[in-house]
This record gives sequence, C-alpha cells and structure tokens, in this order.
Amino acid sequence: MRVLPSGTTALLLELDDLDEVLGLYAALTDNPPAGVVDLVPAARTLLVMTDPSATSLSSVADAVRRTTPHHDRFGSGELVEVPVTYDGEDLEEAADLLGCDGAELVRRHTADEWTVAFCGFVPGFGYLTSQTWQSDVPRRSSPRKKVPPGSVALAGEFSGVYPRESPGGWQLIGRTKLAIFELSRDPATLLRPGVRVRFVDEGSP
Amino acid sequence: MTRSVTVLATGALTTVQDAGRPGQAALGIGRSGACDRTSYRLANRLVGNAPDAAVLEVTFGGLQLRADDDVAIVTTGARCQGSWPHNAPSTLRSGEELRLGTPASGLRTYVAVRGGFVPKPVLGSRSTDVLAGLGPAPVSTGDVLTTGEPEFPAPGIDVAPVADPEEGDVLVLVVPGPRRDWFTDEAWASLVGRAYEVTSDSNRVGLRLDGEPLERVRTDELPSEGMVRGALQVPPSGKPVLFLADHPVTGGYPVIAYVVDHDVDRCAQLRPGQCLLLRETAV
Repeated sequence: MRVLPSGTTALLLELDDLDEVLGLYAALTDNPPAGVVDLVPAARTLLVMTDPSATSLSSVADAVRRTTPHHDRFGSGELVEVPVTYDGEDLEEAADLLGCDGAELVRRHTADEWTVAFCGFVPGFGYLTSQTWQSDVPRRSSPRKKVPPGSVALAGEFSGVYPRESPGGWQLIGRTKLAIFELSRDPATLLRPGVRVRFVDEGSP
Repeated sequence: MTRSVTVLATGALTTVQDAGRPGQAALGIGRSGACDRTSYRLANRLVGNAPDAAVLEVTFGGLQLRADDDVAIVTTGARCQGSWPHNAPSTLRSGEELRLGTPASGLRTYVAVRGGFVPKPVLGSRSTDVLAGLGPAPVSTGDVLTTGEPEFPAPGIDVAPVADPEEGDVLVLVVPGPRRDWFTDEAWASLVGRAYEVTSDSNRVGLRLDGEPLERVRTDELPSEGMVRGALQVPPSGKPVLFLADHPVTGGYPVIAYVVDHDVDRCAQLRPGQCLLLRETAV
C-alpha cells in the first residue's frame, strides 16, 4: 500500500487491486479511526477524509497501517434483484466486442452474481463487479449526451445502472424500472458498496 | 415562534447552504455546503445559531428580502454596497427590507437569520449541491423563507472585526498532490511560480483557471479516484481546475496539487479576472 498525500485533510491509499481496496474499506468502515469523516473506495484507491480539528493525518496513517483488511467481501451483503429488459441500443455491439451474440451476453450477465464495489459519477451510481465476469468492454468512443434513467450498462470490468438521466459513455445493454436512487427512501441509494446484485431477464417489452 | 422573510430579488444565484453532507461520499454523494466555510461559520456565530444552521449564500450581491416579522439577521463574506451593516448582527423589523448591492470585493455573501432557515433537508442537509442536483432548489423571487427556533442565546457582539475578501492577485499555499509525479518539473515550476487567472467558467463546483498549460510525463488513463475540496485537477487541456464545495466525489484526471484547506475558503471569494498565485509550502 502506498499512502499518497491528498491535501491537508485527506490521504489517498493506493492499493494493488480492487479486492484490496474493498477489503480495507470494509475493515475501516467497521472500525473507523478517530477523526475519519468519509471514505471513498474506487478502482485502485481508497480516499480517507478526516476532520482536521479532531485528528492528524499522521495518526490516521498509522491507524490505517495497523488495520487488517477483510477478505470476505463477496457473498455476505444484502441481495437485490434487478429486473431488466435487455433491449439496449448497444447490446449487439457490446456482444460483438465480447465475441458472442446478444442472447449469450444476456445469459452471461444474468448468470453472474454481481457486487457493488464502489459508487461515484453521480449520486447512487454503483460500479458492479463479478468474480466470474472476466470481460472487458471498452467505453463508447463518443459518450451520449443523455442516457435515460434505469439504463443497464457495461464498461471495462464493470456493470452499472444509471440512476437518473445523465451524460454517459458506457455501453447500454438494457433498462430496468427499479428505482435506483430515490430521495424519499431510506437509504436513498439502492446499490450501496457491498450489496449483491442479480440481474433478471424480464423478456421482450 | 415561526418567523419568515420574503424574497424580493435573488441576484445571479442565491442558494441555501449549511455544513453539507459529510459521511456519504462512499455513496457518490459529495459534501457540498457553504463555499466559504469561514464566513458561513461566522454568520451563524454572530446570531447565536448552531454551527451547522442553514444560511443564504448570495453570489455577487443583488439579494433583496423583506422581513415578515422582526428577525435578527447578519451578513458576512463579501461586503455588498448599500447601507446594511456588515459582520454586525442587527434586527430587520417587520416590513423592513434588506437590499444587497454588488460587493466591493469578493463574490459570496452569507446571510444568516437567528434560528436559521429551515427548508426540508435532503439526505441530512439543507445545502443545494449544484453538480449533483440535490437539496432545495435555488432561492427564487417570491419565496417565503421561514426560520427555525433559536437554540442558543444571542452572543451580543456588535461587530466582528474580520478583513474583507481580497482584491487583485491572491496568494494561496499549495502542497504536492497525489499525482504530482505525473507532471514534468517544468509544469510544477509553472504552477507554483506563475499566475493563474480565474475564468468566468467558474462556479460552486470549481474555479477554472487560465494560464500556462501543465505538461504531463505520464499520459496513460488514471482510474477514477476520490478527491476533496481544494484539489487542483488537470484535464487534458493542461489548465487546472480548483475544486470547491460541489466538486465531484471522484475524478479521472490527475490531481497535481492541493490548496491547503485553510486557504480554500479565500479561493471561494475569487471573481473572474482575479489571479491566483499558488506557492508551495511544506505539509
């Protein structure tokens, strides 16, 4: 682990891979060092934000180095079923990129159990990974200005669901009517880090 | 007793702001909150509010309010032209109006009333996050803003002797960021040696700066990573963006440096055309 400076109130921890990030994130969430106000897991890094009036960066760095990561992040979180109509505009193109047809892509996408690794981009957007999904789908060469809410998409090693209309460069393979981010609900974010996700094929519209 | 003020004019942009939404960044929800936290805290203190009470953040003056009841009120931050005493709590009598002209210096004025403003909180905060689209809608003409119950005694301060926001070039301290080594030494020398001008394409998300482009030694793609307020992120143009209250939680461009936390609030008072002199300090 490399501990990189990130201003006078935060540390950026650089780790070898996503599993290490999530193992450390889980351990620090369960047992946060004094003065830590926010943790932001991402693909290779974990940002630790502190309240400078309550702690110092060096004591937080020490506490982080003493923390033992959890290694059982898969298979323990709440399970959410996401019903999907697989009629996305990029379904066939994404299948081509993976060397299969649309039906096979849907079979693989629904066969895997996904886990929300981290959130970002817009409130409620979860980056989902799967232990068995080994495909790497490039982003669209030119992003769309408007992606409809509920769009189910692929990019890199990740799958995700757009919580609301936004610009986006991921390959759209389907859509769900499930509310991904709903302010009247507590928690508002359905796909939180650690939540397990199974996509269910709803068939043709 | 519930009191209220009625909005007669908003200026360019007036939003409700409080201490923001800490603790939710892992859900992709940023901190947001007042851009100039120092002036925000002062405003609440001067009217005896809780430190996280909601105030109005007025961008480049122009706010006009009419009191529907007697309200204790104060303005801090950018001092606006007009007869209203600044950094000095006073009572706006029922029917009286507060009219903020344009600021003599600085950009953001904070207006606190005793008891705080109490629109419905969203995810634990009354702050408007302009990037994420969370929180109350920006304040508009005709809005009736009610106040909460005071929690603490009024402090009885006549005036807080604080300096007005700076005019002209502003010197702030920076420390190397997590991706300093993605940039050439020439880029670093330029960043901490030359002046960078605040452009008009700036807002609560960040200040877009214009100046010598910063050249990278590494051109591969950076997996998105978390950032905090004060980050100097460098997009492909090479011209840095200084992130403020409503910055995205994660970003995919390298952060070359951070403005030290204490100096970020002064940056939130910069207007387009002012220059930032970023100078390196030890952590």
